[in-house]
Amino acid sequence: MAEVALRKVVKRYDDVEAVRGIDLDISDHEFIVLVGPSGCGKSTTLRMIAGLEDITDGDIMIGGDVVNDVPPKDRDIAMVFQNYALYPHMTVAENMSFGLRLKHYPKAEIKARVTEAARLLDITDLIDRKPKQLSGGQRQRVAMGRAIVRNPKVFLFDEPLSNLDAKLRVQMRIEIKKVHQKVRTTTVYVTHDQVEAMTLADRVVVMNKGRIEQIGTPNELYHKPATRFVAGFIGSPAMNFIPCRLEEVGGKLNVRLTDRISFPLPPARAARYSALPRTENLLLGIRPEHLTESHAHLEPGVETFDTVLDVTEPMGMETLVYFGLEGTPICGRVDPNAGAKDGGPMRLAMDLNNMHLLNEATGVVL
Amino acid sequence: MSTLAIDKAGPTRKVKLRSMSRDRTWALRWSYFFLVLFAIFFLIPPIYMLITSLKSSAEISAATNPWWVFHPTLSNYVELLTSNQFLRFFWNSSMISIVVVIVTMLISIPAAFALARMKFWGSATLATGVFLTYLIPDSLLFIPLFKMLAVVQDVTGITLLNRWYVLVFIYPTLTVPFCTWIMIGYFASIPKELDEAALIDGASWLQTLTRIFIPVALPGLIAATIFAFTVSWAQFLYPLVFTTSIDQLVLPVGITTTLIKGDVFNWGQIMTGALLGAAPPLVIYAFLMDYYIAGLTAGATKG
Repeated sequence: MAEVALRKVVKRYDDVEAVRGIDLDISDHEFIVLVGPSGCGKSTTLRMIAGLEDITDGDIMIGGDVVNDVPPKDRDIAMVFQNYALYPHMTVAENMSFGLRLKHYPKAEIKARVTEAARLLDITDLIDRKPKQLSGGQRQRVAMGRAIVRNPKVFLFDEPLSNLDAKLRVQMRIEIKKVHQKVRTTTVYVTHDQVEAMTLADRVVVMNKGRIEQIGTPNELYHKPATRFVAGFIGSPAMNFIPCRLEEVGGKLNVRLTDRISFPLPPARAARYSALPRTENLLLGIRPEHLTESHAHLEPGVETFDTVLDVTEPMGMETLVYFGLEGTPICGRVDPNAGAKDGGPMRLAMDLNNMHLLNEATGVVL
Repeated sequence: MSTLAIDKAGPTRKVKLRSMSRDRTWALRWSYFFLVLFAIFFLIPPIYMLITSLKSSAEISAATNPWWVFHPTLSNYVELLTSNQFLRFFWNSSMISIVVVIVTMLISIPAAFALARMKFWGSATLATGVFLTYLIPDSLLFIPLFKMLAVVQDVTGITLLNRWYVLVFIYPTLTVPFCTWIMIGYFASIPKELDEAALIDGASWLQTLTRIFIPVALPGLIAATIFAFTVSWAQFLYPLVFTTSIDQLVLPVGITTTLIKGDVFNWGQIMTGALLGAAPPLVIYAFLMDYYIAGLTAGATKG
């Protein structure tokens, strides 16, 4: 068990800078998820921690020691790959014990560790099978078992669930969480799936274009995104961004969305935004769940407006409604019984208590 | 307008489907036709050899139906298998082929691994270079090789020419490039994550090669082994040039030089010798191929 630290880590391939100076502190026992779109540098970062990629600049520390030039086998890490990377000619038990056998552990100890890991992952019955006789989910368990038996300082997961179907992915996600609760090994987990990131992580690191956009707990990222990228990346369906402007109406601060629509800000928000220049081009960020059907008893800070829906998507427990606001496509979430119809009119309510205001030019959440 | 289009689309698709199955039928008929033709074409010589090997010299020269054995005899087989000379050729061929296979594998496997996996400066050029050497025909190489060996023999005083083991040094020039080339392909098809996993598990390059790559690429290794063996076993030009004494000859050269005396062809024994000589590669093909070509890599990754 150990903490991991990255100090101004840079990775350059010829003229492309894949990772542009990353600082990250991962504490002992922590489950960190690196998330971002493809090409954001998350996998490269993980591979640099593993030692599979050289670092161009900066320092990587595991357990307080700088490991920049330490080969992977001496970093005391274990990695789970997207395509499992099981040794096809070895049985499950041999796959799991390969690392221990290379290090000449006593036979009894190897057997004990493999048995324990197999029990933990519920693959005891499969121990004598070859990888090709296993299903995708079982292979992934074996890959995790291979990591667990080594009892390493750090677990590294490189998109381990991407090859599984949707149902199995949810199941394995829970499985991974359970395993981490039991073994408590420091974990760095890479995924492009923000749901995986949110559900698994103690802290999520959102990356974009080789930089860290924001580090925070899943709730922090969801409720207090720092940038437009994070606001738009975390949450599904994504947050709506509506061009807007601040204006003073009768001594109260309003946010104007269109010529027709202008809402007074709730007092807490008004105080927060009062110092902003009134001329600036801003974006109103609002999540679909804060755009619901209007009803008789609205809370303070919830404002209504009328619109005509373009498309509705019944999801069962809710219905997603899509409409345009002066050319900006917007998504809302309404009750399935609210009477939303394709092309039909609807009165919607916007909960401004949960709004975000962003600088349109810089993308910074204000 | 649109209904019309739909009406038209229906039958067209049916016609297409029917024509597809008709295409397939014809393709199959042609395949069978040519396969049978090839099979007949290539099987007639060995069958003729077998028939002839079962005849006595008298029957071979008699004006009877050459496609039938009237008085079958195993005398050719008995004579050859009890002749020290023939067994010597067989022994020479076997020793050379086995040693060449071993030498080839010892060079090709690490070379292919290095060229396929350990990305180093110039590795791609080297890989192409290895293949290019294979394109130079042995009929161009044997004179310079003979000269080289003569020089080596003069300088070191070690007798190389007219010794069967000299061929052990020469055959790898034929086998190593091709074996390296096909093994580069096999190694390259192994997912990169597999050696990364081994690297993280604590394996050295050598351990990754011996404990992961060789077992996983075994079908490729077998294919390369068979190739190296067949090339060494069937080689005619080099042994003809480099060995002359009867006791140093290999099977193909031995049969033609000892069983043809002047213009007297001992056809029965020549055919028998050729058939017996073809047996080892045949046995190797029949057993090794079927055993190992089954996809060993299946299940390494998602699949």
